[in-house]
Amino acid sequence: MAELKYIEGYPENIRKEIDKVTKTREKRINYTPPAMTMKERDEVLRIHPDYAPGGKRELQVGPNKGNLAPNEVADLLEAYPLIEQDEVNISQVDYDTDILIIGGGLAGTSAALWANDSGIATERILLTNKLRHGDANSIMAEGGTQAADREVDSVMKHYIDTIGGGHFENKPDVARALVEDAPLIMKWLCELGAIFDREEGGDLAEKLAGGLSVKRMHSCRDYTGLEEFRVLRDEFRTREIPYLEHYPAIELLTDGDRVTGAVLWNLETGEYKIVRAKATIIATGGYGRLHIRGFPTTNHYGATFDGVVLAYRVGAKLRDIDAVQYHPTGAAYPIQIVGYLLTEKLRGSGAQPVNADGEAFVYPLEPRDVEASAIIRECYVRNKGIVTPTGLRGVWLDTPLIEIKNGKGYIEKAFPGMIRMYKRYDIDIRKDPVLVFPTLHYQNGGIETDPAGRTNVDGLWVAGEVSGGVHGKNRLMGNSTLDCLVFGRRAGMSTAEYVKAHKGENKIALDHVKRYVKNLEQAGVKCTRRAPIILPDYRGKAALARMIDVF
Amino acid sequence: MEDNKSPIMDRIAEANKAATTGIDAKDIENWITIHIMGKAYKVPADLTILTAMEYAGYKFVRGVGCRQGFCGACATVFRKKGDYKLQTGMACQTRAEDGMYLVQIPFTPAEKAIYDVTKEPYEASVFIRYYPEVTRCVSCNTCTKACPQDLEVMDYVQAAIRGDFDGLSDISFDCIQCGLCAMRCPAEIVQYHVAQLGRRMFGRYGLGVPDHLRKRVKEITEGKFTDEMNKLVSCSTEELRKIYTEREKEPE
Ligand SMILES: Cc1cc2nc3c(=O)[nH]c(=O)nc-3n(C[C@H](O)[C@H](O)[C@H](O)COP(=O)(O)OP(=O)(O)OC[C@H]3O[C@@H](n4cnc5c(N)ncnc54)[C@H](O)[C@@H]3O)c2cc1C
Ligand code: SF4
Ligand code: SF4
Ligand code: FES
Repeated sequence: MAELKYIEGYPENIRKEIDKVTKTREKRINYTPPAMTMKERDEVLRIHPDYAPGGKRELQVGPNKGNLAPNEVADLLEAYPLIEQDEVNISQVDYDTDILIIGGGLAGTSAALWANDSGIATERILLTNKLRHGDANSIMAEGGTQAADREVDSVMKHYIDTIGGGHFENKPDVARALVEDAPLIMKWLCELGAIFDREEGGDLAEKLAGGLSVKRMHSCRDYTGLEEFRVLRDEFRTREIPYLEHYPAIELLTDGDRVTGAVLWNLETGEYKIVRAKATIIATGGYGRLHIRGFPTTNHYGATFDGVVLAYRVGAKLRDIDAVQYHPTGAAYPIQIVGYLLTEKLRGSGAQPVNADGEAFVYPLEPRDVEASAIIRECYVRNKGIVTPTGLRGVWLDTPLIEIKNGKGYIEKAFPGMIRMYKRYDIDIRKDPVLVFPTLHYQNGGIETDPAGRTNVDGLWVAGEVSGGVHGKNRLMGNSTLDCLVFGRRAGMSTAEYVKAHKGENKIALDHVKRYVKNLEQAGVKCTRRAPIILPDYRGKAALARMIDVF
Repeated sequence: MEDNKSPIMDRIAEANKAATTGIDAKDIENWITIHIMGKAYKVPADLTILTAMEYAGYKFVRGVGCRQGFCGACATVFRKKGDYKLQTGMACQTRAEDGMYLVQIPFTPAEKAIYDVTKEPYEASVFIRYYPEVTRCVSCNTCTKACPQDLEVMDYVQAAIRGDFDGLSDISFDCIQCGLCAMRCPAEIVQYHVAQLGRRMFGRYGLGVPDHLRKRVKEITEGKFTDEMNKLVSCSTEELRKIYTEREKEPE
């Protein structure tokens, strides 16, 4: 193959294709394809990775035995533990605390703050992180957070949008908590000093997004999660709440009935530590790094499903675990950024998906699963995608339209992160469209909870992406940062109450792990798989083939 | 078994293999050599520093987080072949280039001040109180040159000294707190902590809680929507579906 010639970031042959997009742009300014009917939605969804044949199997053990789960998820739920009961000495307790929080994204961090606000002394809280505090999906949220706080909006509208997006399978009590707390959360963030985009007069600036009936999306440029999270982390540090970094939890501890702590593992030295706690909150986020169905992902390096694996072993019930969210617009080119997110806010601001012939082929703001399916159909069924030099397919996202609709200079102001990401590869998203294809984005289901964040297991709470029910089968944009903040708060308050009522010392044991192993053996699960996996592995095949484990 | 197969899904998975399971040398045509902490490695040409190191056999347990330029965990310093300049960048965002030699700085020792934004006066003195070293800035602009986000770091430090909260917030907003500026600063200022304090002050006092938000929170606490919500949550799926399909959409 001859060396490719690049013109402003694109190889020559692809650059030529852009002409077709430019030519039709004028006509598309005032044309938006109509939204699909429910029937059309059902039709296109058949090609969605969740509904396309294969990819799933029935779980053989645990509280959700018999339920369908993606193979990659089932592999981890049907895996053996990292530690055997006799290998670790749990009689020496390293940290004795009231509330243990596992995972410090938006959910875990806000849980700590609200537990503290509810009367738990800072030194009676411990937050442990797999990586650094903030190396998380939370910090990457680009687009925004929903809250119905405009005069024309209402919590009912927010509820209906949420339920419709979730295919009417959301758990009503938690979905209700989500929408009713949203304005309160926004107020809390403003008071802590988070800087949201504003209108001229100081009102919060709000935008549409996929599946929304009213403008309800609050953003902080395209760094919403970064801004929300760093404000919470700053507050957390300011209160001097104890935390650990590079210390993933690798197993929970129980007294037989209740969760009473966890085993942590020093990622760098390999030493384990024992935490005893009166209440435990799992806030470990999602599972993008499992690369379900072989998709690339938008998720951070540690998004490996650990929290669910641990909780399932103590008997926590899961729900909607079969529903995976693929974001319609991940980067398909250049190779260095494949799978990275192009925020939905781009479409919310006027960018259109366009096929190889320069046609706008889908309403830009369908719910995510519908939009993603339409793009897959365009690329693989109608063959109207663009093929990249590495053999990926994608459609155009016509970003220059944004400035035609909102005025010059708008992209730079609203999407500095996007500009930066592409500029590194010589592409100017103000002048040229970019290639996109769906990417694995979000864990729709997870551990079931009540509106206080309590699971069916005593002593165990969950908050954030690790939980299931709020979003049903499909989450809307901006409902997940919100979910973290709402249920982080509720879990923080609820654990505080529990702890105050709870006297006496807890026993800690790993018997449940032994039981789980027995169940696996009885179910005939024969494998060498171990879980949690903690981190994915991207080492080169050549280097791996010659690796010797010496130490 | 037929209905358990999806050729389209298989094709998608195949095309994404390199990004999901690690790179196989046989798929690669162009190669470069980079020096990781002095050791030479031959790696594929189209990678970032992060993925090049992984190709070389490194499994990260530190020095990586988001992999997409948001978290600031993968700060790296490097020189290029034949270039005297010491450069900085994020490993996940910087292309690996032939002849590059590099090391990661996955941690910045830096003291964060303890304050309570609800109690501080909204004036320039807040910076002097908590980060008195800001006044030692010699305007050398080294921080600006080090910033992987291309922020005008020196300008926001100057804005802090002037007590210009709005300006500081605007200039520093895209900061990912990677620590590279602080590592290079001759005056030993921790720029990103200064900016964090400034932004929180601006958010709380400069912008505050808008009236429409305050009003909505009040309505909710007073139970204005409770009855209607009670009705909604007890609707059947059929009723909800109807409400959903018939709901009006606000124009763009
Ligand atoms: C690129 C991107 C863009 C997004 N944009 C939006 C948006 O615009 N709006 C929106 O609402 N949502 C958005 N989301 C979704 C949203 O950001 C996340 O779902 C949400 O922030 C998850 O927060 P969390 O606190 O539950 O988990 P996380 O923020 O992922 O935090 C979990 C933490 O737990 C740690 N952890 C994991 N396992 C362990 C363990 N075993 N022990 C200890 N710690 C552990 C992780 O390392 C991580 O630090 C986006 C997500 C991504 C990836
Ligand atoms: S201002 Fe400093 S900490 Fe922030 S991104 Fe730039 S170099 Fe990193
Ligand atoms: S590097 Fe330090 S001294 Fe130099 S301009 Fe930046 S803040 Fe000032
Ligand atoms: S890994 Fe987060 S910025 Fe590079």
